Amino acid sequence: MNRFAELLDRLAYEPGRNNKLRLITGYFREVGDPDRGYALAALTGALSFKHAKPALIRDLIASRTDEVLFGLSYDYVGDLSETVALMWPKSVVDDNQSFLGHPSPPPSPARGEGAQLRAGLHTGSTTDGDSARDGRTTLTVPSPLAGEGQGGGDSGRDANDALHPSNHNNPPPPTLTEVVTTLRMLGKTELPKQLERWLDELDETGRWALLKLVTGALRIGISARLAKTAAAALGDKDPHEIELIWPGIAPPYLDLFAWLEGRGEKPVNRDPAPFRPVMLAHAIEDGDFAALDPADYIAEWKWDGIRVQAVAGRDDRGHITARLYSRTGEDITGSFPDLVPSLRLPGAIDGELLILRDGRVQSFNVLQQRLNRKVVSPKLIKEFPIHLRAYDLLGDDENDLRELPFAERRERLETFVRKLSDPRIDLSPTVPFASWDALTAARADPASVGAGEDADAVEGVMLKRRDAPYLPGRPKGQWWKWKRDPHIIDAVLMYAQRGHGKRSSYYSDYTFGVWTAGADGDELVPVGKAYFGFTDEELLQIDRFVRRNTTEKFGPVRHVVHEGDKGLVLEVAFEGLQRSPRHKSGVAMRFPRISRLRWDKPPREADRLETLERMLKAEPAEIEM
Amino acid sequence: MRGSSPRMTGEYRGTAAYMTPMRPQDILLPAAAGLCCKPGGFHIDPVRPVERAVITHGHSDHARAGHGAVLATQETLDMMRLRYGENFAGSTQAIRYGEEIRLGDVSVKFHPAGHVLGSAQIAVTCKDTCIVASGDYKDALDPTCTPFELVPCDVFITEATFGLPVFRHGDAADEVKKLLASVALFPERAHLVGAYSLGKAQRVIALLRQTGYGAPIYLHGAMETITEYYQSRGIDLGELRPVKGVKKAALAGTITLAPPSATSDLWTRRFPDPVTAFASGWMRVRARARQRGVELPLVISDHADWDGLTATIAATGAGEIWVTHGQEEALVHWCRSKGLKAQPLDLVGYGDEEESETPIADGTEA
Repeated sequence: MNRFAELLDRLAYEPGRNNKLRLITGYFREVGDPDRGYALAALTGALSFKHAKPALIRDLIASRTDEVLFGLSYDYVGDLSETVALMWPKSVVDDNQSFLGHPSPPPSPARGEGAQLRAGLHTGSTTDGDSARDGRTTLTVPSPLAGEGQGGGDSGRDANDALHPSNHNNPPPPTLTEVVTTLRMLGKTELPKQLERWLDELDETGRWALLKLVTGALRIGISARLAKTAAAALGDKDPHEIELIWPGIAPPYLDLFAWLEGRGEKPVNRDPAPFRPVMLAHAIEDGDFAALDPADYIAEWKWDGIRVQAVAGRDDRGHITARLYSRTGEDITGSFPDLVPSLRLPGAIDGELLILRDGRVQSFNVLQQRLNRKVVSPKLIKEFPIHLRAYDLLGDDENDLRELPFAERRERLETFVRKLSDPRIDLSPTVPFASWDALTAARADPASVGAGEDADAVEGVMLKRRDAPYLPGRPKGQWWKWKRDPHIIDAVLMYAQRGHGKRSSYYSDYTFGVWTAGADGDELVPVGKAYFGFTDEELLQIDRFVRRNTTEKFGPVRHVVHEGDKGLVLEVAFEGLQRSPRHKSGVAMRFPRISRLRWDKPPREADRLETLERMLKAEPAEIEM
Repeated sequence: MRGSSPRMTGEYRGTAAYMTPMRPQDILLPAAAGLCCKPGGFHIDPVRPVERAVITHGHSDHARAGHGAVLATQETLDMMRLRYGENFAGSTQAIRYGEEIRLGDVSVKFHPAGHVLGSAQIAVTCKDTCIVASGDYKDALDPTCTPFELVPCDVFITEATFGLPVFRHGDAADEVKKLLASVALFPERAHLVGAYSLGKAQRVIALLRQTGYGAPIYLHGAMETITEYYQSRGIDLGELRPVKGVKKAALAGTITLAPPSATSDLWTRRFPDPVTAFASGWMRVRARARQRGVELPLVISDHADWDGLTATIAATGAGEIWVTHGQEEALVHWCRSKGLKAQPLDLVGYGDEEESETPIADGTEA
């Protein structure tokens, strides 16, 4: 546990990705099974046990330390686990108890005698003060207070001893395996005693990591992907290979490490309907096209729904198991029971979840009303009929198709969907094009190039290399997404509000408006709020502008000057527009962000509400009233 | 040396005839300029210019320029001279550890404080009452200075820089091993260690040498003067090189000591992918380390930690404790819970050497 804690501690301070990888791989190399497996589980979020409440930790420390000293310390440190880890005093009286259930510690040649003496004399004052203070100047004047260190006085030196396990008389600190396996089985009432024992045995960093782990607050700042990449480096394997077998393996991953170290076969996935890590696309830029040959790519519509993986497989008894996963691998089958009966052929479809009414795809706003519902009522199912639009096939019965080129997978997908012949599952059509110009035209007007009535639910095109295998992650140059251009308007900054966290000292939330005719001539009416899109440098500039041009303050909100010739024009990009009775302007933007600062533009030249209203007419009606 | 400085002695002679016991506050009393000894006619570590100053050690928050006469150890006087120039005081007088001199109605004796080279605790005795003003001190071993000596007394004046039970500094040798392990893991990167230029830097270097690390150690320009002084006092620090002018690639796998403020400066761009370390007792608390953008916190302190403070207080046998700069509240609480008379001394102006984020005076502090 101490070694794992040391790794976490170091990772918490290390900003560089490659350096983090080195640290983790170094740990996997140095630490044996099963500890490193549980460490991998902890780093990938694959551990599960009931977490302890902070109140329990408070009770533990209260029983060991002075209340006032704890209060002052907590105020200073600001983090409960860290405060407790740092000030935890070893218990002398409890030492004997903590020997129960542990093998006798090896006798220490240096301190053996003293240790015996100490173990036998667990009451009364001793001269431990001196012996525990190795490496320090010996204090020569006896004092009635020596050895009575309250709030952990002298006993704190044990933290030092823990660094040299051969040189002290405590039981060995628990391993990570011991901690994880014990926590899994431990009853609620046994937890405090067990934690107390562990806190006595670990060093400060170990105590810190333990408390973070048991309270479920282990935030390390590394992704599961990074931890798997570090493990892959152990055997010079491609991290994708680990991603592929990951759903079928479990902590402490003995088979995985055996394979990585060349001692065993590659583990196989036993789950009948496992999730397969998703392949993602890069956003294409204008400059990218020059290097790309249209003949190498297949284009299809980019649907404005949610990406899912629909998997069906046969269990040991030959029964079909079907599951629906989100793009992150979360099992969302429960929210879409109406789709399950359609998944009756073993295979794994990559596709878009949409709402279809009368064969017509509905907007994302409609789909959203079916998402995140606790109860899926028959009424909801009827009013929001779910549909899967398939664009890739990762598995066909027992066969893993991911190594095949996309063009071949696409053929298999067409056959698969035909065989299913289910009204709820159809094929996402390809978009024929001979040149990038032709595709540009198609993207600008999907309706005329085959999207027909569904064109409103198209948010761009996808480009997929014909020969691309299905690779987890976001491999370069294989898949591209080409979204429709966002809408852009020039608006005037009206109010600014402080941000949160790192931005709490900056005015980083902006309300902006456009001109409209009012009773006394033109006036600005707020049309939206944005708090990103700008660079750090631009944030500083806006912040400075806000501070210097505040006309009034309302709590955290500043009223910023906005007149015809005084104020700041913001170029705002957004994805869509809808009517909204809740906004004074009558419109609401989807996904607005600051795309440019127009210091050059006088506010009176900013856009008018009429411009937005025209866009609204051109937009499909997004909310069914 | 006894009686050699007429400015420092004699003035109050003849007033010591009363037989009533002295109250401690009649001997030493906090004043605006610092701790004032009326019967001795001097101030200890005054923060404003005074006629006679007795100084515990060379850190700039304790040793300031502009006093009339200064009594301190030779090392402290030398360091003041290096930092403030020849004319830092009207006159100076050096005193050795264990040496006792008479000032007015009191006798003053210097004892090692173990804080930095030349640092001293000052025992002020008047009649039967002995007060020890310990300045900054640490009871942990330090190869670059004389170890802390315990001085039995009636009133002990203690600092409280790390006066909270969360501050427990482990063995500094282990922290240096952490640094070396990182150098071994990242041989293509430079390691930049932020350390205060008086005391901490030299201690880190000496600790590195104790582990057998023999490679040249590089120094930021602001470290050079004081470090050379340490070497001139016979402290072996091995081969040291100025980092200035060294090619970037040549700094891979090396260790450079720099003032803490420099480690987050443009200056660091001359190093290949530097690992930023910081040697300080504050590094015990994660938020403090992160706040400074430290990647490798090294818990190495030149102050006593909580256990050191409490054990020392107990061992002096003093019945009354005065607590100066730092976390006074917690330490006063602890003393009282042990049945000791204790009070905070509200002195201002101390602790700046460690706390200050911006370089001051000659640009070496941070």
